[in-house]
Amino acid sequence: MRYIEPHGHMVSRTTDDYQAMALAGCAAICEPAFWAGFDRKSADGFYDYFCQLTQIEPKRAAKYGLPHYSWLCINPKESEDMALAADVLALIPEFLKAPTVLGIGEIGLNKNTRNEMKVLEQHIGLAVQYDQMILVHTPHLEDKRKGTRLIMDALKANGVVKPERVIIDHVEEHTIHEVLDQGFWAGITLYPESKSTPVRAVDMIESVSAQRVWLNSACDWGHSDPLSVPKAAQEMRRRGHSAAAIDRLVYGNPVKFLSQSPRFKDPAAQA
Amino acid sequence: MSDYVPPRSREQVADLHFMDARYKLLDLAAFLDRLDRAAGGDDHRVRGLRAALPLLLEKDEGRVARILTLWSDPSVTPIEKADTKAASGVWPGLK
Repeated sequence: MRYIEPHGHMVSRTTDDYQAMALAGCAAICEPAFWAGFDRKSADGFYDYFCQLTQIEPKRAAKYGLPHYSWLCINPKESEDMALAADVLALIPEFLKAPTVLGIGEIGLNKNTRNEMKVLEQHIGLAVQYDQMILVHTPHLEDKRKGTRLIMDALKANGVVKPERVIIDHVEEHTIHEVLDQGFWAGITLYPESKSTPVRAVDMIESVSAQRVWLNSACDWGHSDPLSVPKAAQEMRRRGHSAAAIDRLVYGNPVKFLSQSPRFKDPAAQA
Repeated sequence: MSDYVPPRSREQVADLHFMDARYKLLDLAAFLDRLDRAAGGDDHRVRGLRAALPLLLEKDEGRVARILTLWSDPSVTPIEKADTKAASGVWPGLK
């Protein structure tokens, strides 16, 4: 089996995880910028983080034969500080020149505040200005439904963003239909407790047209599982889905979306 | 609708997933018992959990979406400022 991990926070994982993912059939990893578990105090912290994402992590992944790509932003959990957000947004254009950067992400909302909305709109503007794809983080738990709707409204209000170049991640049963109906891609995140389990993810896959859906582990420093995508594939297999259908979901779909960036290279075409 | 779902009987679904659902239901019952043995009243998260239980017995498909929607913040405009970064799992205003 082969698969793409389209959303993994590998800076907070060990090399053992790279090894396990490679053994499980992972062919490429994409890493959006995210919250470190604490608020960074200055843009310098983000400068170092963006260097880590664009220079260090690709080398670490390459030791396991894995292409590594990244997305850049200041995440919504640190967007309350508008001055810090402005400083970080000013850094991003320089890093967009890096050969493994795929776009702006993971942007979005956390608690659905006015400041978070303003920084989200600034990120959308940056993506449009530099013709970048967008990876969206939707809020957690009780804030998800409202936040997902606010985010989609902001994307549509921009007027230039093409929905097919936006993936709205962390969808669940109460948001996936709206996301797909509005033309966006939808990401299902597989977590042991929050978001979706592999079993629920396959239930969702069986209830929608999955041509614009990807699965990801969003593995990070919290309770998460870097092998959750192959575990979802295994769940599909035991329910009787064909090898071709599984491959289409865990490999073909992410390749199709990510290939809208000329930076992303289909691993199969490189073999 | 899905592109393709392999046909399966309810017995096959139960063969695959019954034991998983069984232990989760027992874990939930044990959690409610544990709450009963503890002091104090229910907080909003537990009230939300109890409010969701009748939805499990509804006949129509879509129970997960209905429970998630029940627990969701129903407001539609951004808030001025948050007093926490974290979500609790159930909208605190749920009655």
